[in-house]
Amino acid sequence: MNGDHDAFTLGPLETGPACCVPQPAVQVRNLSLCYDGKTALDTITLDIYKGCITALIGPSGCGKTSFLSAINRLTDLIPRCSVTGRILIGGQDIHHPRCDIQALRRRVGMVFQKPVPFPLSIRRNLSLPLNEHGVTRKNEAAGIIERVLHDVGLWDEVHDRLDAPALSLSGGQQQRLCIARALALNPEILLMDEPCSALDPIASGVVEDLICRLQGRYTIVIVTHNLAQARRIANYAAFFWVRERAGQLVEFGRCQHIFESPRHELTAAYVNGNRG
Amino acid sequence: MMLSVSVRQRIRDFSLQSLMYLAVLLVSAVFVWLLADLVQGGMAHLSWAFLTESPRDAGRAGGIASILVSTLLILLIALAAAVPLAWATAVLLAEFVPIDSRFGSAVRFSLYVLAGVPSIVFGLFGNAFFSIYLGLGFSILSGGLTLACMLLPILTSTAEAGMRTVPDTYRLSAAALGMTRTTALIHLIFPAAAPVLAAGLLIGIGRALAETAALLFTSGYVDRMPGSLLDSGRALALHIFDLSMNVPGGDMPAYAAALVLVSLLLGINSLAMAFAHGLQRRCILT
Ligand SMILES: Nc1ncnc2c1ncn2[C@@H]1O[C@H](COP(=O)(O)OP(=O)(O)OP(=O)(O)O)[C@@H](O)[C@H]1O
Ligand SMILES: [Mg+2]
Repeated sequence: MNGDHDAFTLGPLETGPACCVPQPAVQVRNLSLCYDGKTALDTITLDIYKGCITALIGPSGCGKTSFLSAINRLTDLIPRCSVTGRILIGGQDIHHPRCDIQALRRRVGMVFQKPVPFPLSIRRNLSLPLNEHGVTRKNEAAGIIERVLHDVGLWDEVHDRLDAPALSLSGGQQQRLCIARALALNPEILLMDEPCSALDPIASGVVEDLICRLQGRYTIVIVTHNLAQARRIANYAAFFWVRERAGQLVEFGRCQHIFESPRHELTAAYVNGNRG
Repeated sequence: MMLSVSVRQRIRDFSLQSLMYLAVLLVSAVFVWLLADLVQGGMAHLSWAFLTESPRDAGRAGGIASILVSTLLILLIALAAAVPLAWATAVLLAEFVPIDSRFGSAVRFSLYVLAGVPSIVFGLFGNAFFSIYLGLGFSILSGGLTLACMLLPILTSTAEAGMRTVPDTYRLSAAALGMTRTTALIHLIFPAAAPVLAAGLLIGIGRALAETAALLFTSGYVDRMPGSLLDSGRALALHIFDLSMNVPGGDMPAYAAALVLVSLLLGINSLAMAFAHGLQRRCILT
């Protein structure tokens, strides 16, 4: 399944862009996920590479959101959801009983499909999670807030009204605020569940540019129904499909291969818009 | 044919509407009549001295100062005991137990039953348990604790409903940011639910102020200024009851005391309405 990158990697390179040296940041092994006894994800095995953007594509209901929530163990909050199999992040099993779940979720940030700003001020939205993770000094927090707002290109728009309610922002600004909030915790991995689907094309373009700028600094997993977008921004793509109500991984590989020379006919039909 | 159908519908519409207006009119008429009666009967007797003097001659003369103090103390004890218990239960039910769990349903069911128990039964229970078994006697303390038992259901169910109105997405987002449930509860869920919690609290206060039967056998009817929480103290509603039933010539002060009580209740209810309204506005905004 991941043979196509071995073909051109001659050996571990010490320098150079991270994508040339595929190093797994997340290793998913035989992951199955059930809601109420019904299988939603069926034995997924997949590596997500450090510093790269991995796009998850596939029809609605094939378990992309479920897959993302399994990576930061948000599935723990969903009643009657059971996860089997192993997920290793940096070589550590996240289901290990001694795994610190708060620390895990700090390492693995998540951005939801619909922006969820807290009903607090813009500043408090960013400082609340920071305080929770031990950043309590005012100017340290202020520095981080300014940096992440610059990162998401929101600083110029909001720097003079940081104490305004976050709900007064537009949808696209709210989504960028949520991305900034996730970035403020300095995660290694960023999970993004259709971050542009609720946005207009312009806001969506801004977020897309942002994701491209984050490439290399963060390991990004992005779910998207916009195949053109996946093709533009992703280094790797994973194609999920539903068989007998259970989501399965059909094909995983470099984005180019998935879109131009897929090995599986389902993938070919889906990316060419014939199915799904 | 078409015309007659539409005329019939219009007549039906009209009569339904008139009926509804009539019902509304009746309800408000009852309220206005009651209020007018109270004002007419009580206004003459009501004065600053009435509020600041203690009752004399079984309440025929003097005022209601000691009664107001007792009422306030009973209320404070009831709230101090009931609010922490009720809100803790609500947090458990809304945040930690799945909505369809056996345990949650059992707790909710017992609260429903408790809410339906007549207050005189609470009075008898409070007398047997707090006054006699725990040896608190006829005291403000046993009255307050009995009231606390009465307030538990309303406080718990409003608080639980309030926390359930907070969207789950907040909880998921908070968890995804590595925040603990406690932090999410304190910084997100409680503030978002605060208007409902406050409204529930005000409704509870209203109930407590109006209570008579539960206090009859627990806090008693001594109308002196209470010296301690273990003294008996007469609540306002009980004072009205006593004046009008047992004291010949007590009608005027009874009316005045009732006017005070109803004004307090009106004030508290308008506050509760204002909070509920504030919540609605926020829900629409978010
Ligand atoms: N909380 C839940 N309880 C029960 N079943 C669920 C729950 N969440 C998802 N499912 C089921 O799991 C399957 C996968 O859902 P999931 O949300 O992961 O799909 P998805 O690929 O993200 O779809 P979409 O592209 O529409 O967002 C679906 O069949 C869905 O009905
Ligand atoms: Mg989804």
